[in-house]
Amino acid sequence: MTAMDWLVILPVLVLSGWALTVLLVDLWIPAKYKFITPLLTVLGLVVTLGLSLSKFGNPQSAFNGMVVVDGFAIFLDFIFLVSGLGAVALAYRYLRRMGIERCEYYSLLMFSISGMMLMTYANDLIMVFLALELLSIPLYVLAGFVRMEVRSEEAALKYFLLGAFSSGFVLYGIGLIFGATSHTELPAVAAAVGKSSANLPMFIVGAALLLVGFGFKQAAVPFHMWSPDVYQGAPSSVTAFMSIGAKAAGFAALMRVFVAAFPSLSADMSWVLWALSALTMIAGNVIAIAQTNIKRLLAYSSIAQTGYLLMAFVPYGNNQVLGDTVAAMLFYLLAYMLTTLGAWAVIIAVEKNGGEGLELKDYAGLGRRHPLLGAAMTIFMVSLIGVPPTLGFWGKFYLFRTALEGGFVWLALIGLLTSLVSAYYYLRVVVIMYMQAGEPETADDLWLRLVALTCAAAVVLLAFMPGSVLSLAVRAVLQIL
Amino acid sequence: MTPVMVVFGLLGVVVILTALGMLLSRNAIYSALFLVLNFATVAVLYIILGAPFISLVQITVYAGSIMVMFLFVIMLLGAERLPGSDRLRRQRWIAAILGLVFVAQVILFIFFRGQLTAPVGTPPATLGSPQAVGTTLFTTYALPFEVTGAILVVATVGAILLTRGAALPYSPIRKEEK
Repeated sequence: MTAMDWLVILPVLVLSGWALTVLLVDLWIPAKYKFITPLLTVLGLVVTLGLSLSKFGNPQSAFNGMVVVDGFAIFLDFIFLVSGLGAVALAYRYLRRMGIERCEYYSLLMFSISGMMLMTYANDLIMVFLALELLSIPLYVLAGFVRMEVRSEEAALKYFLLGAFSSGFVLYGIGLIFGATSHTELPAVAAAVGKSSANLPMFIVGAALLLVGFGFKQAAVPFHMWSPDVYQGAPSSVTAFMSIGAKAAGFAALMRVFVAAFPSLSADMSWVLWALSALTMIAGNVIAIAQTNIKRLLAYSSIAQTGYLLMAFVPYGNNQVLGDTVAAMLFYLLAYMLTTLGAWAVIIAVEKNGGEGLELKDYAGLGRRHPLLGAAMTIFMVSLIGVPPTLGFWGKFYLFRTALEGGFVWLALIGLLTSLVSAYYYLRVVVIMYMQAGEPETADDLWLRLVALTCAAAVVLLAFMPGSVLSLAVRAVLQIL
Repeated sequence: MTPVMVVFGLLGVVVILTALGMLLSRNAIYSALFLVLNFATVAVLYIILGAPFISLVQITVYAGSIMVMFLFVIMLLGAERLPGSDRLRRQRWIAAILGLVFVAQVILFIFFRGQLTAPVGTPPATLGSPQAVGTTLFTTYALPFEVTGAILVVATVGAILLTRGAALPYSPIRKEEK
């Protein structure tokens, strides 16, 4: 361990150090100047983003291979940090409007992002577990940020208990894998499996337990039960961040661990992942049809998106298509982040104190009364269905194409059919916005409009140059150590 | 029968008796104190097995801090008198079956342990010593160690945040839903 090792993970060090600093500095900021805290947070996130991007194209490993900072990690860091910036912009006036303004929000947010970044760097099962805890614990607290409110406390408690349970699965899995191979470093685990000294049944049970734990974080069916209640009860800005960050981190873990450590299991694991993916797409999209609350609707929609993302992992042992599928997954995550962040900005704009303004009927007339917000929401819904000209279309296009390349025709077909089903509930939001009469009031919040319009513009404009975005993702994948 | 084995057997009897005492005691304070004795005895077993570090962790963390917290919770809540509950009665059959399975496992292990795997060689005396653990923790595992520190800070901040502060007016659900 040298100073060089710490330099490699400098972005995470800066961010977690800054989270502590903001926590302390806020104590001396008088109540009149509380806007400084989010400003400092944005500064920290932007500096971290710059430090992280400066490492692109220069993959390094540190701490004897315990962490690797490669293109894959930096691409995901970009997603975490930008969604973190979005979560600050969404929260700034929202927290004040709802009377829950406390500086710990920003500090916990930064800690959670540090955990997510560490998760993408992790190349050792011990780091995977610790990063999972560092990203989850702030989210448990943030979900219960609206103290004294039963639904928010329920969300926090449910998330905490089930999260701790799933952490137990991960830890038990790690223990069994260590027992079977006497290694925790991912490449060493993969190498040890080939030797005769490895205990193969124990190893397979361990891998399966890890899959359960990661599936929980991603909210894959059948490990999704917590997510609608937690998404509904948590403050909306937290939900927005959680639905992007925690999910992407779960996929980072799955990708690192399965590709690096379990390539030998791919023949059997592929079918497990196939079933998970198909089940998640079907259940998420079908249950979403019955929802009348917009937060629950998006919760089931995000479960369905997990199914599409899982599609990229099904052929993970096939080295010929692996690069393509991971690149398609990164592309889809980027599209998902922009779309989700924007959609939540619109939801927060319509939401009112006391839990009002969260039903679908509260959106009646939004399209005519607030044309810009209505148009933005339409773009997000269309992008979530996967219709051109939006980024969501290209995301699904690349994912389905790689599924076909991997030889999983039925899976691509299920994806296509469930996308058609999803059109019903996404378009219903659009129909209600434009066809039904109503005079919805929206919050007078510049930041929300900025996030919604920027995301809408990005979703449409980037859709005209999907090739260059994809080539960035491919470059990121090529640098995987 | 070496003297060490006699001591080991006596300690084993104490461990089992204190565990039973903890389960069967009707007074929560007695249960907690039985558990302290149980933890302390297990710590001595660890020393005999050549794991002084784990033994001390067992005493400081489990017998020390966690049990002190348990006692505080029991006394502050005034929950030392446990009501005679029927809730667990239905589970007794399951408990009996699982207990039999466990005993069968132990017996099988005693009879067939020679055939299962090669016996583990005696580890070097320094393995698991406080010094060795410390050196590994601060060199090879320095990063995980620091991350653990960050997790503890976050957990502390979160616990304070969730348990202190005024009632908040915001509500994410409709009034009529409550």
